[in-house]
Amino acid sequence: MRARVFVTLKPSVFDPQGTTVAEALHTLGYTAVRDVRQGKYFELEIDARSADEARRVAGEAAEKLLANPVIESYRIEIETTPAEKVAR
Amino acid sequence: MKFAVVVFPGSNCDHDAYHAVAHVLGQDAAFVWHKDTSLAGADVVILPGGFAHGDYLRTGAIARFSPIMQEVRRFADAGGPVLGICNGFQVLLEAGLLPGAMLRNRGVQFQCEYVFVKVEQIDTPFTLACRPGQVLKVPIAHGEGNYFAEPDVVERLEQNRQVIFRYTTADGSPTADANPNGSVHNIAGLCSEGRNVVGLMPHPERACEVALGSADGLVVLESAVRSVTQGAFAAAR
Repeated sequence: MRARVFVTLKPSVFDPQGTTVAEALHTLGYTAVRDVRQGKYFELEIDARSADEARRVAGEAAEKLLANPVIESYRIEIETTPAEKVAR
Repeated sequence: MKFAVVVFPGSNCDHDAYHAVAHVLGQDAAFVWHKDTSLAGADVVILPGGFAHGDYLRTGAIARFSPIMQEVRRFADAGGPVLGICNGFQVLLEAGLLPGAMLRNRGVQFQCEYVFVKVEQIDTPFTLACRPGQVLKVPIAHGEGNYFAEPDVVERLEQNRQVIFRYTTADGSPTADANPNGSVHNIAGLCSEGRNVVGLMPHPERACEVALGSADGLVVLESAVRSVTQGAFAAAR
């Protein structure tokens, strides 16, 4: 099963990289882009019997390592392959 | 007395720290590999600057899980003096031995320059020999030294006098212009609640000889020697 983990800075945390990217986009003429927040994206291939189990493993991984809870929050999406759907 | 300098894959100021301690101060020093499980009987532990594990994921995020860090934590919990310099400070933050986190510098540039920092408190093992309010000229070299903590945490740090070093002008004013990276409250260095764990972004170990541009950093390491020889800070064994 595949877990997608999106890690982003909390809204209260200033994002110097996102701000710099936004400024570059404005320079390119994309004035409609009001703000940019930069984050990280992980794909975890997980041997799990259920989506719930995969979500639990991905959640622990995010809590312990992938995200720093002081400055970041995370969101998880679970994707099952067609074969896994049949097997269930 | 003996210093342990922890070496992570990617540490690059380990030899600077060793040189300052062993050759400038004449103390015993030993490198300790990150996979070791013993601090070799050291009285003081230094986590040096560099790019441990390539700064992958986040600065210090992988180094926190190195085997030696369990022993560093035990040493710190027992009251032993631990100094995290630059990347070492970032490791201490990720390990939760100090509160807060580092963000990319506000200007998104890697800042490599001399700065002035004011010694805010002298009751730590690494500022014991300083004058109160002493201003040190020391170099910084980092891309992620923009210290962040939630406002309630920063307030607690200030109340507990845990802010040890602050970026200032040469005469000790903590102005916005003197802040090289956007750190909240111009924070350049902190100590733990027990005061024995200290982390700072500037490099005192690179400013220990006048020939290298400044010897202002030496007092930080001299403080460690004095605190151990006076018995002010030592790990319970």
